[in-house]
Amino acid sequence: MLRIENLNTHYGPSHILQGVDLQIPAGKIYAVLGRNGVGKTTTVRSIMGLVRPSSGRILLDGHDIAGWAPHRIARAGVAYVPEGRLIFPDLTVLENIRVGERHPARIWTMGRLLELFPSLRERSSNRGWQLSGGEQQMLAIARALVSDPRAVLLDEPSQGLAPLVVRELAEVIKRLCAEGVTILLIEQNMKLAEAVADELHIMVKGRIVYRAPPAVFRADEEAIRGRYLTV
Amino acid sequence: MDFLPFLLVQCLNALSQAALLFFLGVGLTLIFGIMRIVNFAHGTFYMLGAFLGYSAAHLSGSFWFALIAGPIIAGGVGAAFEIGLLRPLYRRGDSAFLMVTFGLTLVLGDITRLLWGVDPLQISLPNALGAIVFLFDEPFPTYRLFLAAAGIIVAVAIWQFLERTRLGLLIRATSQNAEMVHALGVNVNLVRSGIFGIGCGLAALGGVLAAPMVTASLGMAGNAIIDAFVIVIIGGMGSFLGSLLAAVLVAFVQVFGTYYFPDFALAAMYLLMLLVLMIRPGGLLGKEI
Repeated sequence: MLRIENLNTHYGPSHILQGVDLQIPAGKIYAVLGRNGVGKTTTVRSIMGLVRPSSGRILLDGHDIAGWAPHRIARAGVAYVPEGRLIFPDLTVLENIRVGERHPARIWTMGRLLELFPSLRERSSNRGWQLSGGEQQMLAIARALVSDPRAVLLDEPSQGLAPLVVRELAEVIKRLCAEGVTILLIEQNMKLAEAVADELHIMVKGRIVYRAPPAVFRADEEAIRGRYLTV
Repeated sequence: MDFLPFLLVQCLNALSQAALLFFLGVGLTLIFGIMRIVNFAHGTFYMLGAFLGYSAAHLSGSFWFALIAGPIIAGGVGAAFEIGLLRPLYRRGDSAFLMVTFGLTLVLGDITRLLWGVDPLQISLPNALGAIVFLFDEPFPTYRLFLAAAGIIVAVAIWQFLERTRLGLLIRATSQNAEMVHALGVNVNLVRSGIFGIGCGLAALGGVLAAPMVTASLGMAGNAIIDAFVIVIIGGMGSFLGSLLAAVLVAFVQVFGTYYFPDFALAAMYLLMLLVLMIRPGGLLGKEI
């Protein structure tokens, strides 16, 4: 469904993504793990069109979207939940969601979103800056879902959240998957990734170097951790 | 004249002055809020509005028509300028914008000179607006009442537009995080062109409204851009309510300053700006920059 082939991205002279290959089937959750600075966020930003890849293909249901403007990629069915959530601080909760609602939602209607995220319903007329980190994260997800996306890119959603909230987040991610949404999850939190992902990928220096289902990953976790993930 | 009537008349004077300052400042602040660029050509659009208004009124014989046509044409010129010359520069630094918008002031100034000549032009008012009313037995120009009312109406209209319409929502969101709005599927370029056109159109509306009092002249642009900057700096860059507040404050300082301290009247506005900047460096309702 979302297929990335030999993706290369540069920031000025530095070669960040060095041939990323990734293929996510429809309705699956794939997680990408890795240390800071290996290119995880750049991968997501390249898919979203926020940085222009220098070469390679990004195929969404067979259409190459590499190099498209972000709004066209979003309209093609890719939604983005950025690192740090980046909700609009001076807009209310409902207004934040409405920015993403380009046409009336068919699947993820406002009513359903508020049912999925009860805490947002209570705070619907609060401004973004007044929300807790967990509420901001739920809002960022709701804002992405209201466009009825086929694929969602989640960049470090667990960052800065309490363990209880991370568990809630895991439930939400599984729920999206059950509804048929394809998910690319970027994470530092291995527990969350293991709990929800159908396949785990590890990125080192701009390349995917390892991939396995969670069960296999867990079996040789110690070795993998030492080799690829611990600083 | 008793004190209370005097106060009321001066307040009405100040409100009419505030309306003109608000039309100037609000466009500049909205443009800055969205694009983070300072539009040096803003005063030139004010001047352009006055000349367009003159021609529209002259050709159609209707001041009301000029009031609509002038801002729309100037707004169109602004939007076209944004699409043609600013859009290619968004990936570049701020100095590029300063150069290009400053260049536009020179080009538009010369075009205006070629089209309308160097002599100031007078827009005549319809009888209803050109009359005098008596407030507490003192004569007061009806047109100043009209200006104050126009200012209030337009301020409420802009506020409702920002709060209640989809484009208004996108404008507010874009001023907070343009990239995120883009990633949510909104063509941010269109929002930018739209706000640039609206901002220039509002400046031009101020120009058309000012022309009957001060005549349309090439000198308008220079004074206007300074006033506009002062409004935006006092109100806080990018803040709609700030520009409204600043316009009212500056107008009151100007009107009462001229009356009580005629020798310092010109300095009063800058003293106010200095005072505000000392207390709130980001402007009254602005964020710290």
